[in-house]
Amino acid sequence: MGDFFSNYDILGAFWVTVQLSVLSAIGALVIGTVVAVLRISPVGVLRLIGSLYVNLIRNTPLTLLMVSSILGLTFILGLQISEQNTRNAYWWAVIMLSVYHAAFVCEAIRSGVNTIPAGQAEAARSIGLTFGQSMREVLLPQAFRGAIAPLGSTLIALIKNTTVAAVILGTAEAAGLLAQITENEGASLPLFFVFALGFVVLTLPIGIGITNLSRRLAVKR
Amino acid sequence: MSEPLVVLKDVNKHFGDLHVLKDINVTVERGEVVILIGPSGSGKSTLCRTINRLETFESGSITIDGKELPEEGKELAALRSDVGMVFQSFNLFAHKTILENVTLGPMKVRGIKKAEAEKRAMELLERVGIAHQAHKYPAQLSGGQQQRVAIARSLAMDPKVMLFDEPTSALDPEMITEVLDVMVQLAKSGMTMIVVTHEMGFARKAADRVVFLSDGEVHEQATPEEFFTHPKSDRAKDFLGKILTH
Ligand SMILES: Nc1ncnc2c1ncn2[C@@H]1O[C@H](COP(=O)(O)OP(=O)(O)OP(=O)(O)O)[C@@H](O)[C@H]1O
Ligand SMILES: [Mg+2]
Repeated sequence: MGDFFSNYDILGAFWVTVQLSVLSAIGALVIGTVVAVLRISPVGVLRLIGSLYVNLIRNTPLTLLMVSSILGLTFILGLQISEQNTRNAYWWAVIMLSVYHAAFVCEAIRSGVNTIPAGQAEAARSIGLTFGQSMREVLLPQAFRGAIAPLGSTLIALIKNTTVAAVILGTAEAAGLLAQITENEGASLPLFFVFALGFVVLTLPIGIGITNLSRRLAVKR
Repeated sequence: MSEPLVVLKDVNKHFGDLHVLKDINVTVERGEVVILIGPSGSGKSTLCRTINRLETFESGSITIDGKELPEEGKELAALRSDVGMVFQSFNLFAHKTILENVTLGPMKVRGIKKAEAEKRAMELLERVGIAHQAHKYPAQLSGGQQQRVAIARSLAMDPKVMLFDEPTSALDPEMITEVLDVMVQLAKSGMTMIVVTHEMGFARKAADRVVFLSDGEVHEQATPEEFFTHPKSDRAKDFLGKILTH
């Protein structure tokens, strides 16, 4: 077992997993919020764009998005984020993870919006807030609080889905490295266990934190 | 002579096939307190909500202080800020404190500095008797207290006219008086008010005029005394007969 740790950079690979998770979570939250605002805006065209985004992205396999970033966007269209191939793949992984999970973030926020009584938006409008102001001051803050649990599930799914990035990142992150070690050294149950444990260590505290947070921040009505 | 503050001219509105407002003509003078009364489903709430365009209407016109209601966007938001609205279900912002509920509009819509907005908010909360609860959240207050905060929140915008849609009908009986007292005080201070309510005590004490609505039509307009003691239309007689026997 000790051999694996000295011969391979297992901690380094998990560190990349953490980086991918944090960067993509931020990206997904930003894009997802924008798409959610589109989906509940009073303008029909914007609502349509929002719902197209969600339905298209949510129903496309993440692996396909990953592969098409490098194969399609970089190789065919020449869209390159970095000169260096590994950096290029890294940033494509972050973008695709963000874009993909944004669809789920959007739906989580929308479920949060549905917990808000219609009177809140009417009261906001009746004191003269514009659409943007009612969103920022009244609807989104309440929607996020009502959506903490589904947002947490999305975050946990995102962390585990970073493994899909292995298809373009190779051995840089945890799942890719596991495949590599297995190929070189043969399958090893303890090794699988170590990697599985790694993900549990990353996700379990989040699950517990989310439960506490959603209880503490819940909007009392 | 100055023109009336609120003028509804031939206003018509449908919900699908349902003709909810039929050729409504109502004017409200500055400082006047008008009661909207009528059977359930007669269109009182809808009429109230069309005045600040929470509902759209198809034909006719509504002007407030000589200005016609804009269709949508920033201008409409600006005009709405001059029209206060108090809802049956209070609708205080659940994630904000009482004080923040009252300062939000002045700060975001009027661009007033926080310190100044808070000072004015505390004066208003004092006036409605909730100053000592300023840092609580809405869910920690009773219904009557929440409704008084909602009135303070509207007042903070210095509205030209205030609309009340059954402000006391979601309240327990012992809390109705505390809200009506605030409204009577407000009426005496010269606020222009349009109030949907079945509280005849309030109507008699504070109102200048009663507008009787039935099936989306205005059937009668009279002083409270006249309306409650000598209703003219059969519909009004019928309606009053029902609410008086209960
Ligand atoms: N959003 C809506 N969609 C369709 N129909 C509606 C809508 N809102 C109200 N209505 C209908 O319009 C009519 C008038 O409703 P409104 O709420 O204005 O009556 P109201 O006089 O306020 O009654 P109440 O005393 O019960 O509050 C009713 O028949 C109601 O069912
Ligand atoms: Mg009503």
